[in-house]
Amino acid sequence: MRTTIILVVGAALFAAFVILGGNYAIRFATIFAMYATLALSWNFIGGFAGYPSFATAAFFGLGSYASAIAQSSGIPMLVAWPFGGLIAAAFAALIGLAILHLKGHYFAIASLALVEVLRELVNINDRLTGGGMGLNLPVAHAGVTQQALLFLAAMLAVTIVTVLVTVIVTRHKIGFALRCIQQNEDAAIMLGVNARLYKAAAFTLSALFPGIVGGIYASWVHYIDPSDVFDIFLSVKPLVMVLLGGLGTLFGPVIGAGVFLVLEEAVWRSFLTVHAAVLGLLIVALVLFLPNGLVSISGQQLRARKA
Amino acid sequence: MIYLQVLANGVVLGGLYAAIAVGFSLVWGVLNVINLLHGSFIVLGAYVAFFAYGLLGLHPFLTAPIAGAILFVIGYSLQSTVINRVIGTPVLMTLTLTFGLDLLLNNAMLLAFKADYRKVVLDPPLGSISLGPVVLPLDRVAVMALALLLTYGLYRLLRDSKMGRAIISVRMDREAAALMGVNVMRMQAITFGIGAFMAGAAGSLLSIIYPISPLNSITFLGKAFVICVIGGLGSVGGAIAGGITLGLIESFAALWFGPEYAVPLSFALLVVFLAVRPTGLLGRRGYE
Repeated sequence: MRTTIILVVGAALFAAFVILGGNYAIRFATIFAMYATLALSWNFIGGFAGYPSFATAAFFGLGSYASAIAQSSGIPMLVAWPFGGLIAAAFAALIGLAILHLKGHYFAIASLALVEVLRELVNINDRLTGGGMGLNLPVAHAGVTQQALLFLAAMLAVTIVTVLVTVIVTRHKIGFALRCIQQNEDAAIMLGVNARLYKAAAFTLSALFPGIVGGIYASWVHYIDPSDVFDIFLSVKPLVMVLLGGLGTLFGPVIGAGVFLVLEEAVWRSFLTVHAAVLGLLIVALVLFLPNGLVSISGQQLRARKA
Repeated sequence: MIYLQVLANGVVLGGLYAAIAVGFSLVWGVLNVINLLHGSFIVLGAYVAFFAYGLLGLHPFLTAPIAGAILFVIGYSLQSTVINRVIGTPVLMTLTLTFGLDLLLNNAMLLAFKADYRKVVLDPPLGSISLGPVVLPLDRVAVMALALLLTYGLYRLLRDSKMGRAIISVRMDREAAALMGVNVMRMQAITFGIGAFMAGAAGSLLSIIYPISPLNSITFLGKAFVICVIGGLGSVGGAIAGGITLGLIESFAALWFGPEYAVPLSFALLVVFLAVRPTGLLGRRGYE
């Protein structure tokens, strides 16, 4: 019940913001939807299962390149986007076999290496990908605002699906299994949790949506290059958003994405030369003083009030 | 004959790589912290050498201990004020914290030194030596020798000094070490300081070979990752074995496939190593 109320109020506020705010608001909302999707996706593997993945940028980049290449060979945009997601998900399912048995730092590094390897491979195979020159995407024949609204709608659709999948995961066996794995994997296996299967599922989910969103992003900005879509910040930002909001929660990643985006906009606008340092400061403060995220504040206060 | 030359290049490169990785390996092994600041520490050490040479005429080889000492102070203070608070928390926290600190340090360096690439140009240059058919640039050989000397010094420190034994005891079992009267928090700060010292000294030595820029820190960090995973974590020998392996792989990959494949190949190898033999070439032996 509470979940439904939050969802309805949130959606209404969001719609009002977009309708009243003009083109800047549309752009802002599109980025928000993208960030929220990336954060929710990372939450599957990083929040629920507790595996510190840095592979989000790899999935995002893979999806955007797969979708861009598909489009340049004549496949329509609306088919190319989910195709990018499927490619990213298949890649995650396969590579997960090799790296999901790793723990802690080793898993983090392996997932980070995926980003580096894919970026370099895209750089090298320039006949297919354009290499460092990047790829141009076809421009749709529609007005500027119509296009912006189309991309916003597409991003939002993916975000909503990701939220729904998160709801399903939290309420079903898989969510319970992933939390068991996060708390004590060995004990979970002893009790008959198929850890390998659920971890693979979480990793694949954490790739599927970033892959789709990467494809939409590529169409949205009309041009991609390896350093843009395989940017390591695309791996780190979702993680920071989830930390900001609350690990392994439903609304934490979305709230975190919103707060992060507002901060990012404000910082970019006013302190261009030190924005990395401000982001660094935010991260340090977050880890030291708010390790359980914004969601934990209201929880603590509620508990304090009841007591 | 080309193979002999490439082999020699690879080994020399490997010696440099060992110096890049050994401090990183120490911190990872003892504190269980992946220090994402490591690359920036190396770059900072290189800047110390650059300015010492440009302003005071001090040779980078002499600056190495000074740069190391400066970095030690930075590392010690960072660990005792900030990083000590998160030791023992999940990996995600320590990793994210050092990432945030690195963003701060790297941004500060960009503001202070700009992103321009600089280099220490020795006057007169050191030239090169030929051993039969193999020609080696003397600056690289000298840096390799000094880097290995430095690494050996760390090994002896850990093995023979009381402080070194205390560090190893913290690595083996923090609680037991504390019960035996080891000041764990202080030892952790010293360990991180030593890691930073090695980075600073290595950066100072490398300043005569590689261009210097804050943008290079990520390259050094990436190398340190690969070397630690290949060689095995937590031993001086592992860093040297991993460094030389990586040096050889990069040299031969450049010969056979072209230089653009050196980096993706080394990272692909990292993933393979993690999947097949996550303990690395030398395994988990620790600092004996």
